[in-house]
Amino acid sequence: MSLRRTLLTTRRILEQLRHDPRTLALLLLVPTALVGLLAWSLTNQPGAFNSVGPKLLGVFPLIVMFLVTSVITLRERTVGTLERLFTLPLTKADFVAGYAIAFGALALVQSLLVSVLSYTWYGLAHQGVPWRISVVALCAGLLGTAFGLALSAVAHTEFQAVQFMPAFILPQLLLCGLVIPVSQLPSVLRAVADVLPMTAAVHAITPLQSNEYYVGQFAIMLAYVFAALVVGAGTLRRVTK
Amino acid sequence: MPRAASTTRPTPKRVRIPREMVDGSIWNSEVTQVLLALDGRPRVRRQRAAEFRTAQLPSIFSYPLATVRSIQMDSSDQLTFEVSNLRVVRNGNEILKSISFHAVPGELIGLLGPSGSGKSTLMRSLLGVQAITGGSARIMESIAGSPLLRGRLGYMAQSSAVYLDLTVEENIRYFAGVLTQPLSEVARVIDVVALTSFSHRLVSSLSGGERARVSLGVALLGSPPALILDEPTVGLDPILRRDLWRTFESLARTGATVIVSSHVMDEAARCARLLLLREGTLLFDGTPASLLAASEATGYDQAFERLIEGRQ
Repeated sequence: MSLRRTLLTTRRILEQLRHDPRTLALLLLVPTALVGLLAWSLTNQPGAFNSVGPKLLGVFPLIVMFLVTSVITLRERTVGTLERLFTLPLTKADFVAGYAIAFGALALVQSLLVSVLSYTWYGLAHQGVPWRISVVALCAGLLGTAFGLALSAVAHTEFQAVQFMPAFILPQLLLCGLVIPVSQLPSVLRAVADVLPMTAAVHAITPLQSNEYYVGQFAIMLAYVFAALVVGAGTLRRVTK
Repeated sequence: MPRAASTTRPTPKRVRIPREMVDGSIWNSEVTQVLLALDGRPRVRRQRAAEFRTAQLPSIFSYPLATVRSIQMDSSDQLTFEVSNLRVVRNGNEILKSISFHAVPGELIGLLGPSGSGKSTLMRSLLGVQAITGGSARIMESIAGSPLLRGRLGYMAQSSAVYLDLTVEENIRYFAGVLTQPLSEVARVIDVVALTSFSHRLVSSLSGGERARVSLGVALLGSPPALILDEPTVGLDPILRRDLWRTFESLARTGATVIVSSHVMDEAARCARLLLLREGTLLFDGTPASLLAASEATGYDQAFERLIEGRQ
């Protein structure tokens, strides 16, 4: 693996996005607008946004980054640039890390935008440390990117990649504690929910827990990011059978 | 795995004998090599001998042929491509059936055949991105797909395989960076493919022919010793096509081994050597003139038809 080639790849991806301002705007603004819409819709129920809002700060970036990453990497395959790169001295780790850094930077901007607007304009009043929510949003964005990279290697077409979204994201959405608290799930589902990355994102936002608890939830998310990146690099095939 | 097995095979040292020493009048019809096996005993390997009549040599060949030939004798004695009994089965279909050929530095080889004949699969096997079922493919002394070859084989796929949402220059600059080439190489390559005035245009705004030139530009980065070009001239206007072939000829003249595939038989006349592929089998390996002579045909399409009929 070479840091130089990784960063070259990161720069190339950011250059691509610079030439596509619409995608860039959608990436940064859609999660922000969705949280704003939620805040607005809950204005007549005092306190409701304070309990639901933070959880969605983790969910929206995950979905958006998952979709964008899986489609963009799959495009490398269909256009043939991935095959060309595989005839050049670029390792699979360079490729995956290049994407992770580029989209990680975007996720950072996205999470800052969402959390700053939530605390100011949307009127989020939250107990505990505000930066924690920004970190969760960032981790969620990274999770989306990492899983998008891993799953795009399995999908053969962009159509399939888009359909991984309901298959992969929606079950987590049902189990992560947004619909029903995890503690009220049937025991088997609770066991599953406890190890899902999105549950960790929701847990990390739960107010008034010890610092060790938050660090533990962040660790779960980062472990998932790392594992998904390794799987993503592992499932890329230099050679067609 | 056959590919893994061949890494351990002892490689006999190859000594190329200038063709004149073998037969002064025959060009590219008989490749004779002395293989010095590990026991030191020389073994002579002879390959296909094909008819050749100087009288039928079209004038178009005279210049590149002569130049290519002198380079072949001067340059290194290693084979660029050494393919033996290459077999590729994909999804139960036998795409390539026992392909064998050798190529030396400075050769411009036309890989011709109808679509579906296995040209792209053969090229992708040489690049190491297509798994090989049987036989072997060695490129510059390494097994196809070896990390040592990455960046030493210029590749132009049928799809343009460049980033549509980057400018010409950004594309070339990225690939040059991956290849650790200086910025001067970026400008040089853009100039070679005549895209200097387009260098700040997004590739998505370019025509098919211009995109093909961007792709060729990437393949030319770092002047690789071997180039594999998959239908680079398809869909291009005649002037552009002629210019591209001139580029390929000049690359071969500087010592690169260039394999160019095409399904247009007329492009045969441009190559010093032809490989005709049909249904995964090599039907012919020789000069364009010897193809016409052997089949007593007036044109390349007719020669190809006769070859097929002769087989049946």
